[in-house]
Amino acid sequence: MESIIIEIEHLKKSFGSNKVLTDINLQVKKGESVAILGKSGTGKSVLIKCLVGLLEADKGSIGILGKNISDLDENGLNEIRKKIGFLFQSAALYDSLTVRENLEFPLRNFPPKSEDELNAIVLEALQNVNLKEAIDKMPSELSGGMRKRVGLARSLILKPEIMFYDEPTTGLDPITSKEISRLILEMQRKYNTTSIIITHDVECARIASNRMVVIDDGVCIAEGTFKELSKSENKNVKAFFE
Amino acid sequence: MHGKMKQLSTTDHIKSLRGRGSAVLKGFFMAVSQLTDFVLRFFKELFKPPYEFSEFAKQSYLIGNKSFLLVAITAFIMGLVLTIQSRPVLVEFGAESWLPSMVAVSIVREIGPVITALIFAGKVGSGIGAELASMRVTEQIDAMEVSGINPFKYIVVTRILSTTLMLPLLVIFADAIAIYGSYFGVNLKESVSFHLFFLQVFQKLDFTDVFPAFIKTFFFGFSIGLIGCYIGYNANTGTEGVGKAANSAVVFGSLMVFLVDMIAVQITSLFT
Repeated sequence: MESIIIEIEHLKKSFGSNKVLTDINLQVKKGESVAILGKSGTGKSVLIKCLVGLLEADKGSIGILGKNISDLDENGLNEIRKKIGFLFQSAALYDSLTVRENLEFPLRNFPPKSEDELNAIVLEALQNVNLKEAIDKMPSELSGGMRKRVGLARSLILKPEIMFYDEPTTGLDPITSKEISRLILEMQRKYNTTSIIITHDVECARIASNRMVVIDDGVCIAEGTFKELSKSENKNVKAFFE
Repeated sequence: MHGKMKQLSTTDHIKSLRGRGSAVLKGFFMAVSQLTDFVLRFFKELFKPPYEFSEFAKQSYLIGNKSFLLVAITAFIMGLVLTIQSRPVLVEFGAESWLPSMVAVSIVREIGPVITALIFAGKVGSGIGAELASMRVTEQIDAMEVSGINPFKYIVVTRILSTTLMLPLLVIFADAIAIYGSYFGVNLKESVSFHLFFLQVFQKLDFTDVFPAFIKTFFFGFSIGLIGCYIGYNANTGTEGVGKAANSAVVFGSLMVFLVDMIAVQITSLFT
């Protein structure tokens, strides 16, 4: 039996009187790629931020690689984060650093033995996303799609066991969205990562995931493959596949 | 009936004012408590390895070097104007020869540090506030945290330390340039040699003028960096938050300069 490496139980999160996540339960097995679909404002980004400890859950538990996130101190969290990659919605490239420096940034805690090795790691990461030529550019000189690809290269540079993608195709045209979705799939296969993809783009979910979970009003309302969910009778699920 | 309604509405108005007043007071104390936590965290992270030397050096270069020209021009004008404005009064009392000493003491003790700090708050404080707020809005701070890098240490500690150490250096430069501006101002009306002018400047300047004024500039720099970082780091999401952060960093940074100056003057007066 494949091992479960992400386990969420009865997760609750509110902001004041606004209940965002009311009861989220989810298990993700090693090597699986799960897309979490939901309308805007249903708490998808809040969920993913709770998973990496950027937000603290009010109730419930989040187990990642066998450790309960809420029990960990800062050092413990950082240990777990070393095994996690995160692609932010806006790519979150550091504006004041070049593409090369952006990619070198996560390696600060794991400095390679030599300058040549560092260079090779950065070039490999950029080669993966077909952006070798952008190595000395500033983020402001890149297009939205290029920024996402550099963000993907940066989040994969430490070859993480788990990848979280927060709306990877938001703000991109349909062609670039497909390219990014295929790139995500390619990287998953290459590095054998377990992934959670937060999206409202069904096409991205279809290409890059092998299981989908639909959340609405802070709870998981449906779960299954693309084929299974596209036949669902639930109107909130149906709305995504029409 | 009408009178009773009027009375009720006045009572309601007083109640609403009270409610608003207590909310403002609560907000103020919350902000003070959060700022205190921020300061304590700064000192905790400052002495904890790993140390971000390269980022500190980069920020010091940016903060010091990029403010230098503006500070230099303002200081020169400040010295020149102060001399031109003071001259007629001193001439009236036959104390014209006191002009270099008087201007030098004014500049070194008060005007140099305060004006430089205000310019610094406007240029550097707002820049830090806007930069950090923009990093917060575009999730760059979150990205650092997820990479296992302490954003507080990397962004906040380095910037506060840089402003604390760079402002005193800028004030030294500003004082020197302002005194040179004064020499230029004196020579617009009469001919005084460089040697004689500076002899008169240093005749009246002593340790009690220079040392307390120099020490307070560290506190000015710390306050400006602290306010800029605190406001930017805790900015609301959205582009509106970036503008608000830049604006608040200047307003509260400048206010802190005057508060620190008032306290510094009171403390200095105990020893002189």
